[in-house]
Amino acid sequence: MMDGSTRLLRTYLAEAKYESLRTLRMPAFGIPFLALPVSLYLLLAVLLFGDAIRGDPHGAVYMFTGFSVMGVMGPGMFGFGVLVALEREQGLLALKRALPMPPMAYLLAKMLMAMLFVAIVMATMMLAAPLLGHVTLSAIAFLKIAAITILGALPFCAIGLFIGTRTSGKAAPAVTNLLYLAMIYLSGFLIPLPKGVQWIALASPAFYLDQLALSAAGAPSHGTTVMHVIVLAGVTLLLTSIAVRRLARVG
Amino acid sequence: MQRMSVELPPIANPETHPGASGAPECDGRLAELSGVHKRYGSTVALDGLDLHVSRGELLAVLGPNGAGKTTTISLLLGLQKPDTGTAMLFGRSPQALESRREIGVMMQEVALAPELRVREHIDLVASYYANPLTPQAAMELTHTCALADRPYGKLSGGQKRQAQFTIAICGRPKLLFLDEPTVGLDVQAREMMWSTVRRLVNDGAAVVLTTHYLEEAEALADRVAVLAKGRVIASGSVTEIRASVVRTRIRCCTSVAAEEVAEWPGVTDAGIDQNRLHITAINAEAVLRRLLAADPDLGELEVRRAGLAEVFTELTKDEA
Repeated sequence: MMDGSTRLLRTYLAEAKYESLRTLRMPAFGIPFLALPVSLYLLLAVLLFGDAIRGDPHGAVYMFTGFSVMGVMGPGMFGFGVLVALEREQGLLALKRALPMPPMAYLLAKMLMAMLFVAIVMATMMLAAPLLGHVTLSAIAFLKIAAITILGALPFCAIGLFIGTRTSGKAAPAVTNLLYLAMIYLSGFLIPLPKGVQWIALASPAFYLDQLALSAAGAPSHGTTVMHVIVLAGVTLLLTSIAVRRLARVG
Repeated sequence: MQRMSVELPPIANPETHPGASGAPECDGRLAELSGVHKRYGSTVALDGLDLHVSRGELLAVLGPNGAGKTTTISLLLGLQKPDTGTAMLFGRSPQALESRREIGVMMQEVALAPELRVREHIDLVASYYANPLTPQAAMELTHTCALADRPYGKLSGGQKRQAQFTIAICGRPKLLFLDEPTVGLDVQAREMMWSTVRRLVNDGAAVVLTTHYLEEAEALADRVAVLAKGRVIASGSVTEIRASVVRTRIRCCTSVAAEEVAEWPGVTDAGIDQNRLHITAINAEAVLRRLLAADPDLGELEVRRAGLAEVFTELTKDEA
């Protein structure tokens, strides 16, 4: 028989392992979120605008951080938004609540899954960027960006969780997609926003994550690191706590 | 109830035996609802419900649709809270993790991750418990080893129920909740599940069974609680419940008219079906004597006491 803390650790590890395993086995989830960011990056930054960014180190970094942030957003938003909504609807969440699963194991497992996906995405991005994307950064800068983006999955997990606790399984993919695409566009990190409406980017957590990554890369960025961290941590804590309370109340 | 003796791998768990638990229990009661009221908007789901299950007992909760069975189970599992009254699981709130470490659950409508294999599902749920069975031992107990490496999503409906049952018992629960466990199972698989349930009860576990198959309750239950309109309207052993509604069915081939028999004292119903006279009677002996006197040529006589199904229909006809 195991003592309490060993058992708890075993539960958390098992939950995280099987959540990651099932998601990796899901072609509809794994392929878009693992392959899409680096594929689009190679298509746009390398094939279409390769010549333009060859002589523009900051432009190359913008492309790299922009597609990286896009890769960060997907696993968290869809892993929580769509899967939580489906699992609520299909009774899995009720079963887990009835079983002696520690309450946070479910959420932590999905967060770790999202972070694992982001780590895989960032490994491919950081391989492509210096080799093909004309990004010349130090190893330290790359490691900083990796850490920022992996932790940066958390606010998007919180946004997904918020959606997943409030929408049906049928509506969740549409709502999540809408917010995902809107956030990519409105953050202005892939397609610059018209000057008059650039302030809209301030409403998007993806903008703050992109600024943090740019700052770690030594490229010009807006705002301060502290402000970005406060916004991202605030979004994570606020939306997670609202969603967790709702899950505890209504499942 | 006749207990079936079966040769299965040992599942004896020190925690499933009396006196070995650290969990507080009141008079051997593992789970209890007392004076529970629960409403959904203007709909009354439970109306002063009292129910308990004790160690080593299989309680079947029966009732027509909308009687409050699902709400009852949800309250015992801690998925909902009563508006008034109390719900206790192992002497604590059902929402306490410590209480739920003693239970196993098989729900009726649940979709497990289709991508995970059966063995992986069992391994995951076993990780929630202090002293679980290994996935292999759990599958041997439920005769599901052949499903071990198959993705859950590729299983048939009946196989999914078998996998869910294995998941429910893998933590060596002291109290097992089974919600319509044998829906979609073939006869052989159902018998296997029943024998495992009997084995668990013999080993000291308690079971709360909700089922629409009354023969299942008849075959397994030590005690039956019949729910209607959010209250327990009858509770007792299957024999006691049957005795509470004294009905005997008589069937025969006779020239006596059904309309005539329907007028006899003690006859509650009479009709013709497939050229046979069917009688439901309260005092069967008197009716039989009169019937045989009225028609000396009467043939193909069958007499049997009402089954749980008929008793259930009788009990709930005014309540549904």
